[in-house]
Amino acid sequence: MDRIPILKMGDYLLVTVQVDMHDRLAMTLQEDLADRIVEARARAVLIDISALEVVDSFIGRMLGSIAAIARVLDAETVVVGMRPAVAITLVELGLALPGVRTALNVEKGMEILRRSLDASGGNGAGAESLAQPSDADAER
Amino acid sequence: MQRDDTLSLRSSEDIVLIRQAVRTAAVDLRLSLVDQTKIVTAASELARNTLDYGGGGTVRIQALQDGSRRGLRLTFEDKGPGIPDVERALKDGYTTGSGLGLGLGGARRLSSEFAIESRPGEGTKVTIARWTS
Repeated sequence: MDRIPILKMGDYLLVTVQVDMHDRLAMTLQEDLADRIVEARARAVLIDISALEVVDSFIGRMLGSIAAIARVLDAETVVVGMRPAVAITLVELGLALPGVRTALNVEKGMEILRRSLDASGGNGAGAESLAQPSDADAER
Repeated sequence: MQRDDTLSLRSSEDIVLIRQAVRTAAVDLRLSLVDQTKIVTAASELARNTLDYGGGGTVRIQALQDGSRRGLRLTFEDKGPGIPDVERALKDGYTTGSGLGLGLGGARRLSSEFAIESRPGEGTKVTIARWTS
């Protein structure tokens, strides 16, 4: 069965959705990501959907579930690269992706994750921690 | 020759094929990118309804011409249990399945024309159209 690849980069997991996902592929991605977050001790997940020409309520719901599952596993999620026509359609459909953080592109998404991980005392990929030493000690 | 195709809808892979067929038809009709995205998304919602609640069925994809306006009409038909209360089924958040209940109402909002006929025990037919402005 085909799968969507999940790349690990430091504390981050990167997913680039390149194909029009059928429902089972989307469910598999959700399960694979949950496994990889735990296995790789990932702190953040970045999902690039810039290749997706359509996000229907099923895929929208899956993105929301991934963000919620990641949160429960102590990882943050940012969805990046949504096409303007997809954004217009999603909102008209009645789905504004509550609980899903979004950014315009991978670079901006990384920036959000880095800032948020720094603030919580984690270490982003190649990021310098801005947390006070005492805060960092308290984490350990 | 105007496009008039009927595709069968039996599995979730067929939903992907229907999205692609609707996209191709919308591009051929030179609908705007936003209109293409809307009708493909509406098709995806309705195809899933036909599959999940109607037990599968067919979708007819027709190119339309009305004077200088061009349009795309999609007809989803199943021989499932039908919808007892159509008005209620059109409300957002109403679902008898595991979805969000946005399918019918969302598809109506994304279309220029929307019609639904359903008879309990006989099946459901949903027709939508999107026209060039």
